[in-house]
Amino acid sequence: MIPVRWVLLVAALLLAGGVRAEVEVRSFDSAAEHARYRALIEELRCPQCQNQNLAASDAPIARDLRAEVLRLLRDGRSDDEILDHLVARYGEFVRYRPGWQPATYLLWLAPGLLLLVAAAVLAWVLRRQRSVAAVAPTPEQRAELARLLGRNQGNGDG
Amino acid sequence: MGARLKLFVPLILFLVLAGLLYLGLGRDPKELPSALIDRPLPPLRLAALDQGRVMDAAELRGQAWLLNVWGTWCVACRDEHPYLLELARQGVTLVGLDYKDDPGRARDWLQRLGNPYRSVLIDADGRFGLELGVYGAPETYLIDAEGIVRYRHVGVLDAAVWRERIEPLYRRWAQP
Repeated sequence: MIPVRWVLLVAALLLAGGVRAEVEVRSFDSAAEHARYRALIEELRCPQCQNQNLAASDAPIARDLRAEVLRLLRDGRSDDEILDHLVARYGEFVRYRPGWQPATYLLWLAPGLLLLVAAAVLAWVLRRQRSVAAVAPTPEQRAELARLLGRNQGNGDG
Repeated sequence: MGARLKLFVPLILFLVLAGLLYLGLGRDPKELPSALIDRPLPPLRLAALDQGRVMDAAELRGQAWLLNVWGTWCVACRDEHPYLLELARQGVTLVGLDYKDDPGRARDWLQRLGNPYRSVLIDADGRFGLELGVYGAPETYLIDAEGIVRYRHVGVLDAAVWRERIEPLYRRWAQP
């Protein structure tokens, strides 16, 4: 039987992805407000601890930014306004989903472009294979082939 | 394109990619450009540490100056403090932003270690820091003669950083 503590360990590891560092106790006026707050702090990136979003980070700046997001929310700003407000101060970096602008065109289009290139290469390779297969050997080539195969079979074990 | 040349296409692609990745290795991902570069400094409506004197950013027009974000809780700020004193001796105008700190402690610190700042503004709750895009102390902003932010350095400001990164810009933006 599997010891209980192994089960607990595995369970803890599996659940670790959902860990949040957000420690403040907050009360929300409505479920909708809570949902918007959650969505925003999930989407915004902590400038200090670079691979975490605001929800997951315990850095002081993440705490301040969470408070700022909530303040702006209560101020009646829309989600876009809040994102713009933070981008204006902390730069595009704070968005995990970069905006659509000249500097990010390539970023957004790259997957599609790569897919097109891959499809083109695949089509090219397939067409070449087909055209190679379509060339039937001439009688002379057949005879040569038979001779080579025959000789090969003859010497096969040697 | 000859068949022979075509053979080199993957190699060339590989070299280009390797070159880009190599350049990426040398970059410090922690170094974020400030979103305020080439934009005016947000209005300073903050109390100064030396009471009775509220600094007006307008009085700094006509010269380049440094806005240094620090706090007594910040270990690296202590490291850079002697160099700030040195810069002040050289005639560089420094304004301090006492960030998320206790004004009493800040006063003690300046009394003990010396005061390189022309004025120190109090941002006890970090609100102005949020306007500025501060994400850790120390940070140093170069403000030009027109009040436009021209550079931000995150981390300790030492002789090498000053000489190589800030001083050239400081000289360039010193004149209106």
